[in-house]
Amino acid sequence: MFYLSALFGTIVISIVRTICKRGKQSNKLCQDEKLLQIPSAKISRKWSKRALLIGVVLGLFSSMCIFSSMYADVVVRRIENLANMCDERARMLQDQFNVSMNHVHALAILVSTFHHGKNPSAIDQKTFEDFTARTTFERPLMSGVAYALKVLHSERERFEQQHGWKIKKMEAGDQSHVHDYNPEKLEPSPIQDEYAPVIFSQETVKHIISVDMMSGKEDHDNILRSRATGKGALTSPFKLLKSNHLGVVLTFTVYKYDLPPNATPEERIHATLGYLGASFDVPSLVDKLLEQLASKQKILVKLYDTTNRTSPINMYGSDFTASGDLHRSYIDFGDPTRKHEMHCRFKHEPPLPWSAITISMAVAIIVLLVGQIIYATLNSLEEAEDNYRAMLELKGRAEAADVAKSQFLATVSHEIRTPMNGVLGMLQMLMDTELDTTQQDFVVTAQESGKALINLINEVLDLAKIESGRIELETVPFDVRDILDNVVSLFSEKSQAKGIELAVLVSDQVPDVLTGDPWRFRQIITNLVGNSMKFTERGHIFIQVHLVEELKRTKIVFDDISAQNREVTDNPDNTMPCNTLSGLEVADNWKSLENFRMFKFSNDAMDAINLVVTVEDTGIGITKDAQTRIFTPFMQADSSTSRTYGGTGIGLSITKCLVELMGGEIGFTSKPGVGSTFSFTAIFKENRRSPGDIKRYHSEPTPSDFQGMRALIIDGRCARAEITMYHVRRLGIWCDLAATSESAFSSLLEACNSSSPNLVFVDKDVWGEGSGMALYRSLVDLRLKGTHKSSQAMPKIFLLGSSISPSESDYLRLTGYGDCIRKPLRLSTIAACLRKALGIGVTRQNSRDQSLVLRSVLTGKQILVVDDNAVNRKVAAGALKKYGAIVTCVESGIDAIDMLKPPHTFDACFMDVQMPEMDGFEATRLIRAVEKKINDMIQTGELSAESYRNKANWHVPILAMTADVIQATFEGCMHCGMDGYVSKPFEELQLYSAVAHFLETNATDPSS
Amino acid sequence: MAATPMNQLSALVNNMFATGLLDEQFQQLQMLQDASAPDFVSEVVTLFCDDGERIIGELTKLLEKSSVDFDRVDAFVHQLKGSSASVGAQKVKNTCIQFREFCQQKSRDGCLKTLDSVRTEFYDLRSKFQTLLQLERQIQGFYPK
Repeated sequence: MFYLSALFGTIVISIVRTICKRGKQSNKLCQDEKLLQIPSAKISRKWSKRALLIGVVLGLFSSMCIFSSMYADVVVRRIENLANMCDERARMLQDQFNVSMNHVHALAILVSTFHHGKNPSAIDQKTFEDFTARTTFERPLMSGVAYALKVLHSERERFEQQHGWKIKKMEAGDQSHVHDYNPEKLEPSPIQDEYAPVIFSQETVKHIISVDMMSGKEDHDNILRSRATGKGALTSPFKLLKSNHLGVVLTFTVYKYDLPPNATPEERIHATLGYLGASFDVPSLVDKLLEQLASKQKILVKLYDTTNRTSPINMYGSDFTASGDLHRSYIDFGDPTRKHEMHCRFKHEPPLPWSAITISMAVAIIVLLVGQIIYATLNSLEEAEDNYRAMLELKGRAEAADVAKSQFLATVSHEIRTPMNGVLGMLQMLMDTELDTTQQDFVVTAQESGKALINLINEVLDLAKIESGRIELETVPFDVRDILDNVVSLFSEKSQAKGIELAVLVSDQVPDVLTGDPWRFRQIITNLVGNSMKFTERGHIFIQVHLVEELKRTKIVFDDISAQNREVTDNPDNTMPCNTLSGLEVADNWKSLENFRMFKFSNDAMDAINLVVTVEDTGIGITKDAQTRIFTPFMQADSSTSRTYGGTGIGLSITKCLVELMGGEIGFTSKPGVGSTFSFTAIFKENRRSPGDIKRYHSEPTPSDFQGMRALIIDGRCARAEITMYHVRRLGIWCDLAATSESAFSSLLEACNSSSPNLVFVDKDVWGEGSGMALYRSLVDLRLKGTHKSSQAMPKIFLLGSSISPSESDYLRLTGYGDCIRKPLRLSTIAACLRKALGIGVTRQNSRDQSLVLRSVLTGKQILVVDDNAVNRKVAAGALKKYGAIVTCVESGIDAIDMLKPPHTFDACFMDVQMPEMDGFEATRLIRAVEKKINDMIQTGELSAESYRNKANWHVPILAMTADVIQATFEGCMHCGMDGYVSKPFEELQLYSAVAHFLETNATDPSS
Repeated sequence: MAATPMNQLSALVNNMFATGLLDEQFQQLQMLQDASAPDFVSEVVTLFCDDGERIIGELTKLLEKSSVDFDRVDAFVHQLKGSSASVGAQKVKNTCIQFREFCQQKSRDGCLKTLDSVRTEFYDLRSKFQTLLQLERQIQGFYPK
């Protein structure tokens, strides 16, 4: 049974394991979408279902086996039990019988000794009766004993006379009158050779005295057998006289003398004196015996005489045949000619084998349950796979739809833009015609709308490009501070108009030059600042750039002063409650920063620079429920916003996309009515190469102009002072700070004496509205009153303010030692202002500054200009000459091919795209073909490199000139072998970015 | 000193900018003029005027024909557009853009109409340029190199 359950267990385990494996396999399959082979999965699932079915059938079968084996076990044990019980009974019966038989034997010897051995006999009937009655306990199974004498016919008469009765014949036939059996009625025995009349008998069988035992057939046989063998002989069962019970008679022969064991039957017969018979009452014998045994109720006992095999005689036991198992036990009653058997049966039907039934049922139930579980698992697996496949399909469709959407947007936007330009052009023209004021107003409105539409389309195009993944980030070196100055300059007009303070602060830990995509970076910041600008009517917009590590380090400090909003209570005069740039409360930024990935995990890339840029404003803020959808495209904070402030709501989602594209995160904190602070992180690389060829919006100031100067910054608000210091320090000027008017005056006085510092920067609202101007006025007054000696040099004083009236600036200039710098502060304005005030480099024109860089690149370069239009040619040549290039002009593509056939000395070629006869693309293709041919020939050695100026690889940079920069694509130019494009007419910046790339290698030093 | 050629010149140029005849490109041209190329502006302007006159003549001829070759018209207009862009003749350039659209639509009426406006604008500009060049010459006469 254990073996079976073990087998079953193994089967179940193997099934489960197979299913698991299948599950895993299908998982693997699902992961690898391309390998998803649905048919094979189905087939294997079918197979596992079949295996499950087989397993369940096997399990049920094994439960049946368990049942049958247990049942067989029970049956065997029952039979064993029966056999044991039967054998026990038989043995006891035999023992008891033997005991009785022995006693009868002893009685026989007694008779032989005392009846025949004594003369006269010591035993008479009375003695025999007494003796036998008193020794009945020795023969519990015997109904009675009697002694019959051997009487020959010749002796009959004498015998009869001697005893006084006739030998009577035993009447066997009369059964019905057994109980009133009267020996007197018996007939005398017929004449026979010999007789065996009973002479002594026990009280219980006194009636058989004088009956001839030889006349009964059973007794006769018995006597003969006993006499011949010398042992006890048993009759077959018969109805006993009188008691009418079935019984057997045991006969012992009494001999005249002790015979040897090997005496012949003849000797024995001869020596016979008489016979001692004892009748066993079998039913009572057996009853008595069974009475003594336990569990007699359980079994049914039958006793058979089986001397005659074919018709056994039932000696004991009711006749009804109980079905069920039978056990036979053989009993030896000491007579070898007689055979007896005991048959035992259980009285009751065997009880149902409950234990076997329960166990096998339990196994079957377990099997079914496990089967059910596995089946359910298989089904759910199948369902999951189906669902997965359906999801996969849906996902594919969704993605396809998304791509289609993006493509549609991109296409449509592009298509709209082209005619829109026409519309705008026509509107412009319409404005120039003679219109009355109403019409003028309509046209202006239409143009404004058109411009807004173009703007929107550009944004949509951007978004679509980002979403379809077509935007690629550039990696060029750039100056973060320059970018931020540029952003500030973009918004300076607006901030001045609105009276908002716009400021930038770049931490000095941020490296000067980073590598990344400056345009996208700028776009992000521009978007954020533009957004803030839109929603801010008072207060400030403050852009800060820090390193992530720096903020992490100063987190504790940061937390401490995250109480930027903490009220400044120690100065009661201060009308501004907070320690921020404009003194207005701002949204606490640290909360959104904390959630950034970069703040949680450190970035271990070696040269990665992680920047955090925060744009803080004191605008209207964003309501709580609007905060969740602020980065969703076309979702503004709420619909009323777009009515009040305009805009499409697409800017922030573009910003988010761009930030994520740059590997950063964007977040914000906002408090309605207080302001919002947007923060984002971006990853750049540190530029370790020489920063010579950085693209700048503003020419780099010559730091040597101001190097070593000292400046005093007077400002009561430290946030603002910090910004001023940041900008001034960038010029290489040392800074001191005076926060209170007392310290300012004392520093100023000292300055007058020691002529250091050279510069003083005072905020216009240093300690409150207009207090900066007041300070200046009081200084001037002091000077006019002569308190200070006029011989002493007065440091230049610069008043910083976002709005400075003309009268104020005139006053500053007239007094001679003051000037004003309009906020927002940026490097170029401060530098220009300082130069003007200090008289450094006044002659140098700004435009010259800007073109210096270009000049450095183009000086001495041989450039071929190809254009069919004489005017264009002239202008292009003029422009390039201005930057020091040596320009050659040709009119057509064919001429250009001639000129550019190697060897030549040109460093670059500017090619008009649209020309008659042969356009720029065609010409370029042909030029490239010629170059390739020659390069190949040089390589194979067909042409000597010497005759080609030792250049093994001829490739002259060809730049397309196109009037339509928007339409021009880099790919389009690259396709036909061009290296880039420039706008026509030239724009300095664009020209530079196109040219610098090709000419930088040998143009690092323009002076050489 | 109200009527010095210098003032007149700057007034004229300012006026041209204000009326939208010229754009920043012309300023760029002026900046290109220096000691190494003293007559740069006048050279370019002269070129532009001659070129423009020729093109307008060609266009007039082309459009007079019963079957107009719009491709050729387009090529000429493109040239004119390029030239005007180079000198910063904003108005002429914008009209050229419009002209090309009509060309692409093969609308002869539209072309004729825009040719008229181009012509008007061009001659207007040319007369102003001529005044300008005259003034420049005067200035250069006053302030010889």
